[in-house]
Amino acid sequence: MRRGTAAFVVSATLAAGLTFPTFPTFLSGAAFPDDEKTIVHVLNRIGFGARPGDVERVRAIGLQQHIEQQLHPERIADASMSARLAGLETIAMSSREISERFEQPLLDARRDRRRDAAGNADPNAPREEPDTAQMRIRQQANGVLVELGEHKLLRAIYSERQLQEVLTDFWFNHFNVDARKGRDRFLLTEYERETIRPHVLGTFRELLGATAKSPAMLFYLDNWLSAGPNGPHAPAGRAAPGRQPGPGARGRGRFVMPMPTGPPRPQAQGSNNRRNGLNENYARELMELHTLGVDGGYTQKDVTEVARAFTGWTIDNPRQGGAFRFEPRIHDDAEKTILGRRIEADGGIADGEQVLDLLASHPSTARFISTKLARRFIADTPPAALVDRLAARFRATGGDLRAVMTTLLTSPEFLSLDAYRAKVKTPFEYVVSAVRATGAEVLNVRPLARSLEELGMPLYQCQPPTGYKDVADAWTSTGALVGRINFALALTSGRLPPPSDRGVAQDFSPARPGVAPGVVQDFGPAQPSVAPGVAQDFSPTRQSTPESIGALRRGRGVGPMATLGRGFIDRSPAALTRWEAAVEAALAHDLSPTTRATIARAATPAERVALVLGSPEFQKR
Amino acid sequence: MISRRVFLKNGGFALVSLGFAPGFAPSFLARTAFAAGTASRAKRLIAVFQRGAVDGLSMIVPYGDADYYRARPTIAIGRPDRGGQDVALDLDGFFGFNPRLSPLKPFWERRELAIVHACGSPNSTRSHFDAQDYMETGTPGVKSTSDGWLNRYLQARRVEQESSFRAVSLTQQLPRALQGLAPALAMPQVGQFGIRPGSSGAVSAGFEAQYAYAADRVLNGVGRDAFDAMKALRTADPSRYRPDHGAEYPRSPFGQALMQIAQLTKADLGLEVAFADLGGWDTHVNQGSAQGQLAARLDDFARSIAALVVDLGDRMADTVVLTMSEFGRAVGENGNRGTDHGHGNAMMAIGGGVRGGRVYGRWPGLAADRRYDSRDLAVTTDFRDVFGEIVVRHLGLSDPKPIFPGYDLPPSKFPGLFG
Repeated sequence: MRRGTAAFVVSATLAAGLTFPTFPTFLSGAAFPDDEKTIVHVLNRIGFGARPGDVERVRAIGLQQHIEQQLHPERIADASMSARLAGLETIAMSSREISERFEQPLLDARRDRRRDAAGNADPNAPREEPDTAQMRIRQQANGVLVELGEHKLLRAIYSERQLQEVLTDFWFNHFNVDARKGRDRFLLTEYERETIRPHVLGTFRELLGATAKSPAMLFYLDNWLSAGPNGPHAPAGRAAPGRQPGPGARGRGRFVMPMPTGPPRPQAQGSNNRRNGLNENYARELMELHTLGVDGGYTQKDVTEVARAFTGWTIDNPRQGGAFRFEPRIHDDAEKTILGRRIEADGGIADGEQVLDLLASHPSTARFISTKLARRFIADTPPAALVDRLAARFRATGGDLRAVMTTLLTSPEFLSLDAYRAKVKTPFEYVVSAVRATGAEVLNVRPLARSLEELGMPLYQCQPPTGYKDVADAWTSTGALVGRINFALALTSGRLPPPSDRGVAQDFSPARPGVAPGVVQDFGPAQPSVAPGVAQDFSPTRQSTPESIGALRRGRGVGPMATLGRGFIDRSPAALTRWEAAVEAALAHDLSPTTRATIARAATPAERVALVLGSPEFQKR
Repeated sequence: MISRRVFLKNGGFALVSLGFAPGFAPSFLARTAFAAGTASRAKRLIAVFQRGAVDGLSMIVPYGDADYYRARPTIAIGRPDRGGQDVALDLDGFFGFNPRLSPLKPFWERRELAIVHACGSPNSTRSHFDAQDYMETGTPGVKSTSDGWLNRYLQARRVEQESSFRAVSLTQQLPRALQGLAPALAMPQVGQFGIRPGSSGAVSAGFEAQYAYAADRVLNGVGRDAFDAMKALRTADPSRYRPDHGAEYPRSPFGQALMQIAQLTKADLGLEVAFADLGGWDTHVNQGSAQGQLAARLDDFARSIAALVVDLGDRMADTVVLTMSEFGRAVGENGNRGTDHGHGNAMMAIGGGVRGGRVYGRWPGLAADRRYDSRDLAVTTDFRDVFGEIVVRHLGLSDPKPIFPGYDLPPSKFPGLFG
């Protein structure tokens, strides 16, 4: 293991009034940290790796200035992003609009199918193939999540506000919600845009509060169902508990008990639904995963008390993309004691707010969040002294995440040699950094999303509320490694697996003959790869602009699935030659002699690029 | 560091042809092959997940319970004595197989197949999502468990020479049950495990050399394992597999998955835990009875498993095939001649060590007042009792505690599937 000689650099008082300590650099004693390795290291940590020209750009403005800019994403021009995102029609929509346009037609179609089926005289008759209208409705509904994934990839690859993208990914993962849980796939667009993204450099309390009230989280961790022992406190004779609100059925002032998840039950089964009681899921994960950490010093009693405090935090019109609503009639208004603190009776919605205040300002939370951030930005086992300083900063600033990040990114540990290439990239980091390294224009990112499924990290589909792991062990197995090497080969040969049209890898919808739910449909055997230079079905000019790409995507729409894996990227001979130089620069030209030797023996530019992107060096950041 | 690799290999030559001295690879070449004797004694578990909640009452039919017929006027499977083809196949005078399970009947007759009925989770959820999660993590009610029960078994049971193929899932992604710190492979097609077809030999050898020399210890080890595994698979030649004993696998994805498990098993690659799943069980509408939607799924399910058992032949003496599904379906049929989400279900265990020909577990009855929440088959056997017995009595782990954290599992809770 190489050991770093930390040399110092400069200190400066920046316009923001933040005092940056000295920058140590691990390669030279130069007065300014502009060596290639240091810059690539920083680009790998506060972003998804270097693009061609990034090192020079950062050197020109200075490393400190670059970090400072990234901590203020609102000051970074990112105009080309909107052009690239053009054509993704759902990413700006509210959950209500998404529900109206994509979820309701799906529910209506399902209802129609049931009605047809119920009228079918022969129960043993084979089910009809869903007609094309129904298929289209289904495909459009799946498109919501597909677009959200495209959006995430496009921003990670092309946004200038790289730190914001890294942090949005980090905090989404911290407050993970799996799209496969029921209607959550219709809620994640708004969840990421409104709940996570605006708060990643704000205060932790704001971020925590936003997630606590988000329909996505309320649904995912079942809190919308959680009711006090005496609820619902509806007057006798009103709205029988256990009925689903139909569209428009919910009258003013009338309360309908939320029902457990699962497909809508036929009316005849309505009476079988049970009344709901206290549900501890959210309370437990709130403390274990969102704030204190599993060893943060809470008991099962605290879990139950927190759950009681959050009774009544539910969703308004849950089947129509409704927002957070506090429902006093299922709130347990008796006194609670949480972490030794008494919460008076009759607090109503303030109970939950008090719990969030308590948890956000708890020392265990400061430590837990600091550890996770240090793990993401420094090393799997982060230096204890740094975690101490981050936790202290967290507490001193009332959980100001920008302040904590500033301390982290200006710490000697961040730029120490011990941190250099200390992290194994997650599949998402690997795929995005590979595309960035080439500088390629991606015309269609869906095959990249499909690759992430194959690499075991499907977008927005991490099942447990823990989120994806951020340690090397989770991502280094023989299968994972072969997958990464094959991704490098597929990317450079211009043929990725054709994307799924499903949006979710798993589907619990009723059986369709011949197509097993849960199986991602196969579009036939892989075709032999074409030689470089063979005309693609879609080859843009070198001067493709974001605008032209956006226009192409719009005009193209969703083509036949089987063809989408091809021609998704510009890999003309000229492009491949550019890639060759670019990918080595993205590794700061720091390649092992073995890797260099293998590259020297490769026959084509595509092979040489693949050997860099699939190398052990490129798996690390 | 103990060598994690198990195969004899000829890995040197490709690198030599690249100009590398073979000297870097001695540890690579000196490893012992997986001794045949050890391989044949190793126990195996093949786990099959019926995703979407199979209707256990149509699969293992309680025809002796009159309430079954009262609750299901149009979709019940008829009593065996009613005659004809579409009636239950009697098992023990009370339960019968769905007629589409007939391919499994010989194993029942030979006492190699056991059933645990009214089995399931103590948790009340009727969400597929949550219930699958609970069954696969082995921790019902606890969502944040990060690894699966099968992976915890692999962690608890250290083996001296760990094969890359110790745990394999024939699925696109690693199922929750196998996720965790112990290595496990997911591959939808055995033949697709390897460097992308069409890549030149120089590229493949280049990657092999890069990882063989990698400075990073973890990537170095994993990389060597990966290339070892590819070579071992090439020896196994997945493309030219011929089942033994006349076994005929359906051409369905599930049938093909089980065929590949048989192939890996026979290649003696150190396979210990295999996983496959199949969906299509969420029969809310027009479920059918002895014919129809559910019957078609059961047909694929039974023919595939039967082919596997026949194909594995003597190796079944060391193998248990275990089937599971996240929960059962409501006792009463719904208004659409289907069934809604329920609670208790049936599992099957097939294998040489299983004391088969018996239905295990206490039958709670289907009368309204005996049901869970007045609507579902009650659970009288916790699914962890079944998993735990297999882990201890079949796979040979002495203490199941680390596999099922927070659950007290003395042998007295085991259903008694093994002698």
